[in-house]
Amino acid sequence: MTQMTFARAINSGLRKSLENDPKVVLLGEDIGTLGGVFRVTDGLQKDFGTHRVVDTPLAESAIIGTAVGLAYRGYRPVVEIQFDGFIYPAFDQIVSQVAKMHYRTLGTVKMPITIRVPFGGGIGSPEHHSESPEAYFTHTSGLRVVTVSNPQDAYTVIQQAIRSDDPVLFFEPKRRYHDKGEVDEGLDLSNALPMDTARVLTEGTDVTLVAYGPLVKTARDAATAAADEGISIEVIDLRSLAPVDYATVEASVRKTGRLVITHEAGQSGGVGAEVAASITERCFYHLEAAPVRVTGFDVPYPYSKVEMHHLPGLDRILDGVDRALGRPNSLSGLEG
Amino acid sequence: MSTDETGQGGTAGTPAGSAGSHSGSGRNLIQLITPEGERISHPEFDPWVKDIGDEQLCSLFEDLTVVRRIDVEATALQRQGELGLWPPLLGQEAAQTGSARALRSDDFVFSSYRENGVAYCRGVGLTDILRVWRGNAASGWDPYTVNMATPQIIIGAQTLHATGYAMGIQNDGADSVAVTYFGDGATSEGDVNEAMVFAASFQVPVVFFCSNNHWAISEPVRLQSHVQLADRAAGFGIPSLRVDGNDVLAVMAATRVALDRARHGGGPTFIEAVTYRMGPHTTADDPTRYRDANELEDWAAKDPIERIKTLLDRKGLFTDQFQQHVRDKADEVARELRAGCIGMPEPEPLDVFKHVYSSPNSWLDRQQDHYARYLASFGDPAEATSQEGAR
Repeated sequence: MTQMTFARAINSGLRKSLENDPKVVLLGEDIGTLGGVFRVTDGLQKDFGTHRVVDTPLAESAIIGTAVGLAYRGYRPVVEIQFDGFIYPAFDQIVSQVAKMHYRTLGTVKMPITIRVPFGGGIGSPEHHSESPEAYFTHTSGLRVVTVSNPQDAYTVIQQAIRSDDPVLFFEPKRRYHDKGEVDEGLDLSNALPMDTARVLTEGTDVTLVAYGPLVKTARDAATAAADEGISIEVIDLRSLAPVDYATVEASVRKTGRLVITHEAGQSGGVGAEVAASITERCFYHLEAAPVRVTGFDVPYPYSKVEMHHLPGLDRILDGVDRALGRPNSLSGLEG
Repeated sequence: MSTDETGQGGTAGTPAGSAGSHSGSGRNLIQLITPEGERISHPEFDPWVKDIGDEQLCSLFEDLTVVRRIDVEATALQRQGELGLWPPLLGQEAAQTGSARALRSDDFVFSSYRENGVAYCRGVGLTDILRVWRGNAASGWDPYTVNMATPQIIIGAQTLHATGYAMGIQNDGADSVAVTYFGDGATSEGDVNEAMVFAASFQVPVVFFCSNNHWAISEPVRLQSHVQLADRAAGFGIPSLRVDGNDVLAVMAATRVALDRARHGGGPTFIEAVTYRMGPHTTADDPTRYRDANELEDWAAKDPIERIKTLLDRKGLFTDQFQQHVRDKADEVARELRAGCIGMPEPEPLDVFKHVYSSPNSWLDRQQDHYARYLASFGDPAEATSQEGAR
C-alpha cells in the first residue's frame, strides 16, 4: 500500500497500462511536456516517448476522431479532454462514431477508447471548467460511463477502462485530485470489483444514499453526521453510470425502503432521474417513500461566488434524507 | 414577380448557383486524356502511368463500365422498391476507379457513402455493397477483409479516422497509406479542416481525395469556397494536386504521386478531382429544382467513359470482341447484384440488439430479455427459442 493523491493514482494506472500494452497511446492537449493541466500525465511522455504520449493540436473533435482511426488500426487510445466543458466540440465524434462503430460494423471493428474527462465544480473557476455532462453520455448507447471517488478506484478503474473493448467515458472528480488515499499498486486486476458494479461503502438500515464521483465524500460525511442523530444511512458509490448496477441499489432499497440520490449535474433528465425511475419500477412495493433527488439546479454552471448554492453539500443532502424519512425538512407542508 | 417565381429564382438563377464558373480560373487541371479521347503528354505525370499499356487501358474501361452498371442497376433497384435509398455516382466513375486502382491492398480507405465504385475496386462483394441501402444490416462488410471502412454518412467525419489510422501506420513503421474520400461540401466541415491540421502537424501518410462533383445536394461549390478547393491545402502546409476527375489516367497518376509521397515519409497530399454529379444527390433528391439543364449538357460532353472509349477506338482496341466481353461482364455483374439484393436474408427481430457492446451490458440484456418475452407472448415458437440465454 502506498499513500498517494487521486491524480497520482490515475497517473500510476496510466503508467501501468502503457507498460503492459504497447498498443496503449495517450492523446490530448498539454499532456506531454507539461504533464497535463492537472499533472495527471506527469512524466509519461518523458518515459514512453512522443509517439505514445502525444501532445495534439487544439481540436477536440480531431482528438477523438483520430483516436477512432487509431482504434481501427488496432491501438487502444486513451484521450484526455482538458475540462468537462471542452468536450462538446467532440460530441459528434463521440456520439456518432465512437459509440456506434461497433454496432455499425457488426462487431468487426472494436473501439477500445478511453476518454478521460476531469469533471465537476467546487474549484472556483470561470464557466466551462466545472460542468457535469455525464447524462449526455449515459443516454448514448454504445458507451460505458464510469466515475471514481477514491485513489484506489482511480488506479484500478482507469486500467479496467483501458482494457475494455468498449469505449469508456472516465469522469475524474477534479476537486478531489489532491485528496490522498492508500493505493495497492500490486493489485491483481482480475480480482478487482468489475468496472460496471456499484459498491456499498457504509452499511445502514434507514435510508439508501446513492452518490458518485465528487459527492461520494460528501455523502459519507452526511452519513457520519446522521449517525449522531441516530439515523442509519447506507451509502452506495455508484461508480458505473452506464450501465447502473441496479442489482446492488435494489438490494439496498429492499432493505431500507428509502432512496436518496445526489449529483452535481442538473436534475432534469439526469442520472438521478434514471435511478429513481428504475428503482421505482423494480421494487415499488418495498419503497416507504418517493425517491428523493438532491442535485445541482437546472442552470448553466454558475459563477464561483454562488456555486456553493448549486452544489449539493452535506446539509442539503441531510435535508433530502429527512424528506425521505418523513422528518421535518425544508419542504415540509408542500405537496409533491 | 410572384412569390413563387422569386422562390424559384433564388434557388436556381443566382450567380452563386452557377457551378461551372468555379473551374474556370486558377491553375490548370492535370489531364492525360482529353474529353475528345486524345492522349496528351504531360512530362510530369506521364512517368507515373508508363506501365499502363493497351491491356491496362482496356481493363480500366471495363472497370468504368462495370462501376456505371452497378450504379445504374442499384438506382433501378431503388426505383423498384428493392432498396430504401441509393446515392448515385453517375459521372464520377473515373475519379473513383482511377484512384482506387492506384492503391495497394494494404492501404486503407475511409470513404463517404458515394464511393461504391471504390468499394467494387477494393473487392467488396456486390451484395455487400447493397446491404446497408436495403436496410438489412448496419453495414455490408468486414473492413479488415478489404481494407476499406464501411461508408461514412456524417459529412467529413471519416477524414479524421483516416488521419488517426495514418498516425497508427506511422507508429508501426509501415509504408502503407490511409486514403480518405470526401466531397466538395465536406471541405467546409470542421472535421476535414482539423484532419488537415493533424495530418500536417504529424506528417502522417494520408491522402485527402476530394471528389469535387460541384454540388452538395442543392448547394453549389461556390457556396463552400471562394478559392479552388485544392488551394485550401496550402494554408495547412499540405501539397495539393488538381486533376481532371473524369480522366481515369490522370486521376491514377495524381493518386500515385500522393501515395508515393506518403509511403516515403513525405506526409499528406490533398487531391481535388474535378468531376460532376450527373445524377441526384440520392434517389430521394430532385436536382431539376436547383440546377440548370445546360450545365448537365456541358458535363455530359466530358463523360469519363466516352473519352476512353474514343481513345481505345483510335488505337484499334475497341473491337467487337472486346465490346462483347465488356457487355457480358457488366450484364453478369448486374444479374449478380440484383439476385444478391433480392435474395438477401431478412434480419431477425432480436438482431436489433446485436453488437451494441462487445461484452454483456446489464441494461441492454434486460431490455432484450423483456422484448423477447413480449414477442414470445404472441406464441411464435421461433421467438420463444430466441430468448434462450437472455437474462
